[in-house]
Amino acid sequence: MTATTARRLNAIGLIITVITVFCAIIWAFPLYWAVVSSLKPEHEVVRPYIELWPETFTVSHYVFALTQTEIGRWYVNSIVTATAVTVLTVSSSLFCGYAISQLNFPLRNVLWWLILASFMIPMQTLIVNHFELVADLGLINTWSGIVLPQLIHPVIIIVYKQFFDGVPKDFREAAVMDNASEWRILTKVYIPMNWGVTTALSIVCFIWSWNAFLWPFLAVTKTDMMTITVGITQVNDAFGVYYARQLTAAVLAGLPVAMAYLIFQRRVTEAITLSAGIKG
Amino acid sequence: MLRNRRNEGLFGLALVAPFVAIYGLVFVYPTIKLFMTSFTDAPLIGDGNFVGFDNYARLPSDRRFGTAVWNTAYFVLITVVPGTLLAFAIALGVNRLAGRLQAAVLALFFLPYILPVSVVYLLWDWTLNFQFGIAMYLFDMLGIARIPVFKSTAWFMPAVGMITIWWTAGFSILLFLAGLRTIPTEIYEAAALDNAGRWSTFRRITWPLMWPITALVLTIQLISQLKIFDQVYLFSVGGRPNDNMVLVYYVFQRAFQSDQGGRAAAVAVVLFVIVIVVSVLNFQLTRLSGGRDR
Repeated sequence: MTATTARRLNAIGLIITVITVFCAIIWAFPLYWAVVSSLKPEHEVVRPYIELWPETFTVSHYVFALTQTEIGRWYVNSIVTATAVTVLTVSSSLFCGYAISQLNFPLRNVLWWLILASFMIPMQTLIVNHFELVADLGLINTWSGIVLPQLIHPVIIIVYKQFFDGVPKDFREAAVMDNASEWRILTKVYIPMNWGVTTALSIVCFIWSWNAFLWPFLAVTKTDMMTITVGITQVNDAFGVYYARQLTAAVLAGLPVAMAYLIFQRRVTEAITLSAGIKG
Repeated sequence: MLRNRRNEGLFGLALVAPFVAIYGLVFVYPTIKLFMTSFTDAPLIGDGNFVGFDNYARLPSDRRFGTAVWNTAYFVLITVVPGTLLAFAIALGVNRLAGRLQAAVLALFFLPYILPVSVVYLLWDWTLNFQFGIAMYLFDMLGIARIPVFKSTAWFMPAVGMITIWWTAGFSILLFLAGLRTIPTEIYEAAALDNAGRWSTFRRITWPLMWPITALVLTIQLISQLKIFDQVYLFSVGGRPNDNMVLVYYVFQRAFQSDQGGRAAAVAVVLFVIVIVVSVLNFQLTRLSGGRDR
């Protein structure tokens, strides 16, 4: 390769890099634009030209949203339901994945095939019957009603099973020789060696549940029981046609998951690649 | 020893019991019930009379169902392949970067994916707002006439498709990046020694090696876009929901707005079957092509 072609290739490489960075900035611009708009007074927001920085900074929309609207209540609903979904789903999946991977029990293979098959089933098609079920149980407009149909994520069991499959059999045999009870083997040997996966899956499960729209939207008709994801789209009269206030609500609803991602970036990407079936 | 094995079996059953209970209640039971309901004239809550295949027989001549099928197919067409190719291109760009810059750029592309659909809706409803949206100022500057995007039938699906690509590309980018990292650098070094150009390196090495991941991303995208509802519903509020109808939306409308659980269930069964058929076909196809490669 001659020096000139090498230099030309480097120039092309540099151009691609610049384009990539430029595209990333454009890509995230709507996010920036929403945050900036939420910090402007309403009359600045509707000015007919583009101002990338507020002339006067104001947090008044945030004060309004947190004190004059039901957003605080929706936060509580979202935190409670997403936490419940996460704890119940991850723990039941962990136990199930461990049992299928490490223990012999009747109908084990049938259960495994059922879980693999259910991976394909579209939950959205079950809304009618979920609604009837939850209504029959008297759980419409309750936290339990929001939580119940969200408790199945076959993919979490599959990830756990693959992880436990990767643990050498010697661990279990050594523990059995020591006369350790089954429960001790699980809690003292297997769970501690998988904390990383458990953390990653829990964060992702929490984000999924926080972001869930269709079911929480159907399960709740009273504004005070809505999750924040549903609430900010349903109660327009609380905000009127004040664009800045609506964007403030959007920022408040997105902030917790965005923060969770930025803090646990590595874990989140790990769990998402794992759940797509690739060991990343 | 025998006691041990019985213990193991009992313990195993005890461990799977919570999952199996939930699974039966919110998965198996509703699935069976869905098929049964689709043969009745039941309202949303409560039982109905058995009507045989009536609910299904009505579908071919049901105009709104036709719109829903067409729009769902249209939406799949404009999002799945373009979204996957765009994500691949972005992943190639991001993969060239290193260290902090790569982490920062990846975060910018990935952030939208982490946000709830309602936030995405409010963001874009604002960005494309007919009166004050920043996109409309850009249109003005470029001399293009303003478009009431979400009120116009022609622009609705393309706009929601574009927003969906923006929203979900981060996920595909992540998968492509994971795949690109598994390609050994030796292969590229060998190609460079052979004086292979940028394009032929991509076409002969990167593309074929990445094909399994591309197929995976395409499948995940296809299946999730068949089930589209949230964005279409949110952007349709105050617009023309019946023109923008998609399959899940139609299930929702029949069940929750017309109180016709039986007819809604029939539509849901159709979608259910489509998704299962696509999944199985795809599974078989990847298995076949995987076998050929080996």
